[in-house]
Amino acid sequence: MVGALINQLVQGVLLGGLYTLFAAGLSFSAGVMRFVNIAHGDFIVLACFALLTMTTTLGLHPVVAMVLLLPVAFAVGFTLQRFLLQRVVGEKILLVILVTFGLSIIIQNGLLEVYGADTHKVAGGWMETSTIALVPGVNVGLFSVLTFIAAVIVVGSLDLLLYRSGIGSKIRAVSDDVAAADLIGLSSAWVYAMAMGISFVTIGVAAGFMSIWSNFDPSAGPTHLLIAFEVIVLGGLGSMWGSLAGGVVLGVAQTIGAQFDVAWQIMAGHIVFLAVLVVRPNGLFPKH
Amino acid sequence: MTREQRMLLNTLRLALAAVAIGLAAGPFFLADTQLGVLADFFSMLVLAIMWNLLAGYADIVTIGQHAFVGVGAYAFYAFAALAGVDPYLSIPLAGVVALIVALPAMALLFRLRTVYFSIGTWVVAEVLMLGAGKIEAFGGGTGISVPIEILRAFGLTRSGRLATTYWLGFALAMFALGSTYLLLRSRFGVGLMAMRDNEESAASVGVNVTRARILCFLGVAPVLGITGALITLQKLRVAPQASFSIVDWSVLITFIVVIGGIGTIEGPILGTIFFFVLREYLSDLGTWHLILLGVSSIAIIMIDRRGICGLIRRFALPADLISIAHRSSSQNL
Amino acid sequence: MARTNAALLQVEGLSVFYGDFKAVDGVELSVDAGEIVSIIGANGAGKSTLLKAIIGQSNRVEGRVRFDGADLAGRSTADIVARGIALVPEGRRLFASLSVEENLRLGWAVGRKGAIGFDEVWRLFPILEERRRQKAGLLSGGEQQMVALGRGLLANPRILLCDEISLGLAPIVINDLYAIIPTIKASGIAMVIVEQDTTRSLAVADRFYCLLEGRVTLAGIPADTSRDAVMKHYFGE
Repeated sequence: MVGALINQLVQGVLLGGLYTLFAAGLSFSAGVMRFVNIAHGDFIVLACFALLTMTTTLGLHPVVAMVLLLPVAFAVGFTLQRFLLQRVVGEKILLVILVTFGLSIIIQNGLLEVYGADTHKVAGGWMETSTIALVPGVNVGLFSVLTFIAAVIVVGSLDLLLYRSGIGSKIRAVSDDVAAADLIGLSSAWVYAMAMGISFVTIGVAAGFMSIWSNFDPSAGPTHLLIAFEVIVLGGLGSMWGSLAGGVVLGVAQTIGAQFDVAWQIMAGHIVFLAVLVVRPNGLFPKH
Repeated sequence: MTREQRMLLNTLRLALAAVAIGLAAGPFFLADTQLGVLADFFSMLVLAIMWNLLAGYADIVTIGQHAFVGVGAYAFYAFAALAGVDPYLSIPLAGVVALIVALPAMALLFRLRTVYFSIGTWVVAEVLMLGAGKIEAFGGGTGISVPIEILRAFGLTRSGRLATTYWLGFALAMFALGSTYLLLRSRFGVGLMAMRDNEESAASVGVNVTRARILCFLGVAPVLGITGALITLQKLRVAPQASFSIVDWSVLITFIVVIGGIGTIEGPILGTIFFFVLREYLSDLGTWHLILLGVSSIAIIMIDRRGICGLIRRFALPADLISIAHRSSSQNL
Repeated sequence: MARTNAALLQVEGLSVFYGDFKAVDGVELSVDAGEIVSIIGANGAGKSTLLKAIIGQSNRVEGRVRFDGADLAGRSTADIVARGIALVPEGRRLFASLSVEENLRLGWAVGRKGAIGFDEVWRLFPILEERRRQKAGLLSGGEQQMVALGRGLLANPRILLCDEISLGLAPIVINDLYAIIPTIKASGIAMVIVEQDTTRSLAVADRFYCLLEGRVTLAGIPADTSRDAVMKHYFGE
């Protein structure tokens, strides 16, 4: 009985790793630019389909495909921000919501047109099927452990980038006072574009793992956005390591909820999210 | 404004009034299918007006208003089919239930700022939808049809029911338009618009920003609930995905209002007309019509924030068709 | 034109609009290499707007700004700063969550890269070296102003625009700040000092302009101009 519970907890924590990957890029861009890209989840799904095409049609190994995708992802994010979103940044939040909402619909339906409504998955080979015993008696999938490690690396890297690099201090400066940055000659438009590019690199990583972890279809975007959103609000806006905590909380909540009723899995997550919001409106580890 | 423009403006206003009167008599001369389409039109129009009021005037951007539509739909079914309440009475009761749900939702959501609030409304909608899908009395995940006895209360024949549904929709649309118009012309409305333009300044001249937002949110919820009840009458069933449809009751509405012109009174009307015209011609295109709407929406935002309304204002007529300005000129209705 | 040599900074017939409102109206001014020019005027006279227009942060501008002969029209602020004009913004505008050192480093990163480095800044403002790792938002007003000045200097500008550096500071602190100005001048940097307070700024300036409602009402040399004349053109009649 206890063994089963521990197993569930471990599964939940590892699931939290995947959720943290979804959320990392969103936390980064939301923290910097103070807006949430509603199409974030759809871009993850778009990247998944790109990886699908790369691994099936081009026959590339999933890891190779993901690595090749990352610079492309950066370019997409940079361009999107520089030429589209920059024009509505700083204006009423309404416009940002509307534009990213529009993008979300366009991506979903575009994917539907190209790939159809079926679900797909990228084959992970041995990575997917191996198990590893973390502790005697607790067997978990190797891939979920790899995902969790990836999440820690991504969160840690973003944190390092923000606080120990030149581009990081520029990003934090613009986040503090965008007008002042422009006044002293630090182009906020360029900094935002870089931040978005970095955010999209994490989207590429998230897609790399998600495409193997579970099925995906063109309409899966919003679900992933909601997960990412809940993770960053739970973890406290602006805190990268908080996102990891938020992801784990959500993962555990969902896994335990699934024990009662498979269909309760998502509900459980939402309810925990709303409950935490009641008690701690600024999240578990707020920075601002 | 030139003489020609003034004449055009007044002609358009007359035309608008004539159309409204004509629509009121709709069931006497329109075919059944047309009545159905128009009933649909009225529902979308009401949702558009409400979303526009919140997002365009009160600065409350929701992407979860489908929550209250779904609540109204299910509440209507609960009262009429399960509790045996008079079907006509069930409609406003659905609105009351939506209001009751709005209270805790608001208490929770108003802790979130800006876009986090918006997505929060979406989470609430998801929870409500998933919850509704769990209740067996409502047919669980597949939903349930409205019993024929309930439907008969709205008309013994199918044509009769279509006519009643049409009139109910028309009445609601007129109510939504009228009340929004009066609201925006009142002191409260002026405060809202001041708040929208500059929140700090508005607060400093005594506009109670939080109270204004609360009142708007709570005022809109019951209307959304009643619309949900009417939609149930049109669709003849309740089901989680349909009654709480994010695409139909939130996404499309958002696009409609943006394209028509957010923050204007005519915007929702123009946008809904535009959408219905488009739908007639694009119904074969499937997913492409959504892509087209998305692209148009973004293009509108980049070109002219005031949508079709703004384009008209720029190129044809620099005036409000339905004016809420407090100028003592002949421009007022 | 009155001057025979081309000035380092030449502002010709500059007007700046906020919507329909003309905040700066046909301003003509010049700054030579190495000189200190003071711009005085009451609140709302257009001084800050003028500086922002020079640094490329205004949208609706008529007229011309030339720097070292080149027209600055349409150039981004980042470009202008890289060419050699740096702004010390009104109200300091430091990045509060960044350390003193990070704030300063940003000034260096966006600038021209020259002789002035951290050593020079620590020498000018020793107390900042002590506080280099503290978050800028926690410093006193005077210390923040020093960081703002240091940030501007680290850009190695040829002209430093100082927008109301005495604002909100105690007289003793202002004295300390103004005592640094000759040192900056000695290193060859020209300065434009915008102030509401006339006394100190006129005392350090080589030349001055007085702004009233967006227009230059008086220009000259402080030593040659009577206090009465200044007051008259400051407030207008």
